[in-house]
Amino acid sequence: MNDMTPIAKTSPKDWESDQEVRWCPGCGDYAVLKAVQRTMPELGVKPENTVFVSGIGCSSRFPYYMETYGFHTIHGRAPAVATGVKLANPELDVWIITGDGDALSIGGNHTMHLLRRNLDCQVLLFNNEIYGLTKGQYSPTSRVGTRSPSTPFGSVDRPASPCAFALGSGARFVARGIDVHKNLPAVLKAAHAHKGAAFVEIFQNCIVYNDDVFAPFTEKANAATGQLWLEDGKPMLFDKDMKGLALDMETLSLKVIDVADGDWQAAGVIVHNVRNRAVAHMLVEMPFGPFPMALGVLYDDPRPTFDSAVVEQNRAAAQGKAADLQKLVAKGQTWQVEKQPHVI
Amino acid sequence: MATAAHQVTPSEAAANPVPEAIVVRFAGDSGDGMQLTGGQFTLATALAGNDLATFPDFPAEIRAPQGTLFGVSAFQINFGSTAIETAGDAPDVLVAMNPAALKVNVEALKPGGLIIADEGEFTDRNLAKAKYDVNPLSDGSLSKWQLLSFNISQLTLDAVKPFGLGNKEALRCKNMWTLGLALWMFDRDRQPIVDWLKAKFAKKPELAEANIAALNAGHAYGETAEIGGDITQHSVPAAPVEPGLYRTVTGAESISLGLVAGAQLADLPMFFGGYPITPASAILHHLSRLKEFGVTTFQAEDEIAAVASALGASYAGSLGVTSSSGPGIALKTEAIGLAIMTELPLVIINSQRGGPSTGLPTKTEQSDLYQAVYGRNGDAPMPVIAARSPADAFDCAIEAVRIATQYMTPVMLLTDGYIANAAEPWKVPDMAGYAPFPVSFLTQAPESGFLPYGRDEKLARPWVKPGTPGLLHRIGGIEKAQGTGNIDYSPANHQAMTELRRDKVAGIDVPDQDVALGEASGRLAVVGWGSTFGPIHMAVRRARKQGLDVSHIHIRHIWPMPGNMGELLAGYDRILVPEMNTGQLKTVLRDQYLVDATPLNKVSGQPFRIAEIEAAIAACFDGIAGNEGGELPADRTQLPEPMSGHDDGHNKAGEGATSPQSA
Repeated sequence: MNDMTPIAKTSPKDWESDQEVRWCPGCGDYAVLKAVQRTMPELGVKPENTVFVSGIGCSSRFPYYMETYGFHTIHGRAPAVATGVKLANPELDVWIITGDGDALSIGGNHTMHLLRRNLDCQVLLFNNEIYGLTKGQYSPTSRVGTRSPSTPFGSVDRPASPCAFALGSGARFVARGIDVHKNLPAVLKAAHAHKGAAFVEIFQNCIVYNDDVFAPFTEKANAATGQLWLEDGKPMLFDKDMKGLALDMETLSLKVIDVADGDWQAAGVIVHNVRNRAVAHMLVEMPFGPFPMALGVLYDDPRPTFDSAVVEQNRAAAQGKAADLQKLVAKGQTWQVEKQPHVI
Repeated sequence: MATAAHQVTPSEAAANPVPEAIVVRFAGDSGDGMQLTGGQFTLATALAGNDLATFPDFPAEIRAPQGTLFGVSAFQINFGSTAIETAGDAPDVLVAMNPAALKVNVEALKPGGLIIADEGEFTDRNLAKAKYDVNPLSDGSLSKWQLLSFNISQLTLDAVKPFGLGNKEALRCKNMWTLGLALWMFDRDRQPIVDWLKAKFAKKPELAEANIAALNAGHAYGETAEIGGDITQHSVPAAPVEPGLYRTVTGAESISLGLVAGAQLADLPMFFGGYPITPASAILHHLSRLKEFGVTTFQAEDEIAAVASALGASYAGSLGVTSSSGPGIALKTEAIGLAIMTELPLVIINSQRGGPSTGLPTKTEQSDLYQAVYGRNGDAPMPVIAARSPADAFDCAIEAVRIATQYMTPVMLLTDGYIANAAEPWKVPDMAGYAPFPVSFLTQAPESGFLPYGRDEKLARPWVKPGTPGLLHRIGGIEKAQGTGNIDYSPANHQAMTELRRDKVAGIDVPDQDVALGEASGRLAVVGWGSTFGPIHMAVRRARKQGLDVSHIHIRHIWPMPGNMGELLAGYDRILVPEMNTGQLKTVLRDQYLVDATPLNKVSGQPFRIAEIEAAIAACFDGIAGNEGGELPADRTQLPEPMSGHDDGHNKAGEGATSPQSA
């Protein structure tokens, strides 16, 4: 693990396990799997040092298909298991694969605490706004009115926004991607480059139970008007650079403005700064429809990680102390019994 | 100022001869520092060479309203010149710091026993809070005991006056005054307490000096003041114990030390995932200070994350450990199932408390045995070990680590609130005497090829750390194909894997069952487990002194049980199983060995008293020609609740000893 042997070059094929992939034909998960397998060779990491940890759900089968170490755990608990893995061996590269139900419903608590602690890992949340593996119930990200076997008259509760949840939990890296989009590997690379918990929401189409739920911005025809791909240091432009986001100084909120003749500066379009947490909050809350969907790296501002802090504290606390077990068991106030006293 | 209201009859005095052991109970308001007083008295007593056992009994509320009955905190210590196995039945001495403490505890005091009361606290207001209409110190209602009452509050204030403390702070020294008197009464050395106070208040020397002054004043009061009646100094000689170096240890401490020792013997770093819960938190506290032993502690967001992180750490090559009490164990159950399925080592400590649900957080019970042995979905066998005492918990923790790492399995170690909090003298173990059992991780594929779910001769699968080249594999909670560990739902495979998991645990090498006291066959075996060891042992010892043919069997390995257990139990005419639950070990024994195990149950939140078990033993020999034993009714006068009608086979009095299970 700690050896200095140069990392052998790998190809996407090297990251494919011998297991037969068992998702529904046409599932967005295939595209994500391919994107990850295409990204891994570019990260300069070794398969044996890589661990994929997942919970339960369609997406959580993912580790079986990666030629790495993998742990398919129980519903919602992947962040907790991953925390133990990383603390036990901080040199491992840990990826958490989860879904909207797994990460935000049954495992919401663990997701929150993983993010606030800032464990060094990548969290890929496959959001398809539905429970697929249990046959189509509405999920915590389903929109109000979603008709499903458990909500035949439409769901009435408001959905959670994964990226807003992540940011609110203290995440230092928040990004969005689309299962079939060519930019996904770049987003994954940025997530891996971030030291700390990197949260990536991937819009993933469930072809069986929630087909085309993201089509209003993922369909080719809607891509220009519906997708705003953010880049650090670049203006927030979309719709072939004819529209952009600006700050409404009266309401202190974002607004969509038209850009004439490519002069975005004159129009007041703001430049994306991945370290601006306030703007990140606005981007994750931006309602789709009046606004485009903000995609790419929304926020990236590293802080010291939980695992490094634990390692450092363990080291400092142990410094200068010998691990003498015999001394330890004899600690405290002791007394010597010399010989058998007289038995009464 | 001292009033002696005792009118002890000669018969009462005769019933209470000079004992070889003395039981003292300190009782006061939860803010009075009774646990501290008890703890320091314990230390002084241990240093005097007595064997001892303690029972801290405190309310669940951190600061219950002052002076109330439910705010009473007590600490009982039994010490003597012979081997002490329990905290004692009835106290000989009760120190009552207020009316509520007197009311809650006085009925337990032996007839003729001594009450020491702080009359300064027996104000109208405090009497009303304790629901006394008349001051019991002056109405003669305590006449079957010896009563010593004086104004401890005032005496303390006088003693600490020179140090200029505020009234409230000055009164806090009351417990040290009381401790001083107790130290005088039992001829104990004050110096260790003085040293301790100096260290404790190193940053506030005036507090140290005030407390020491109070301690000395209490001691001097005993020496010089006009204490009435027959109250004299007792000298309890040292107990005959094996020569060697001793210390006191609580169960929480010894479990922590045992885990550290176990990890070292297994040559593993330890990862402890915990979540605060009474009475298990103390283990997290202890371990978090032992980082130089390769211990990482993690206070997780909940019980589930505590166990899941520990399992993740085990997966990555550490010894994963988690600890909780019943409600928390319930939350951990799904992840324990995952540990069984993925066959990873994991140690789970359950410091049992009264249940169900939140139950009695600070009271003790043994009612999680079913949960430990049976309490999971699916056929999910898991080894279970139970500690019998604070000192024993050390070896039990090592044993749990050994089984977990050698057999690639989660192991549950049962203790309880009593063991966790109680202190006893502990002969410091010689660590050189423990044989190491180093783990060997698989680092290279065998020539026949690497099988993540291949088996060794113990049926354990290989442990491969992520990071190992060439052995990449995936594990998870879905049923595994034999050998490869790939997902496999096929009927024949699930049958085979279920049987394999069963056989692996059933085949764990556990030492043969011994007999703790008595013969290996005979009329009656009293079979127990966990913290009831003490009262059962004492009761059997007393019964044997009376000539009864009774033996004591104490089970450490609850699952799997020792291989000779069936044969051993078959050698007795009758089996009596005292438990602090409604008959859980009894059920397991009946199920495993088809023996007519008879339950004796108590779930009052208090440990068994020796007399309760003694009476049950006697009843086994009662009334039948030749003392063959017959129906064994529980002594209802001793038990707080009638038998519950649970499947103990004895819910209908007078129907004979047959049980539905063994019929």
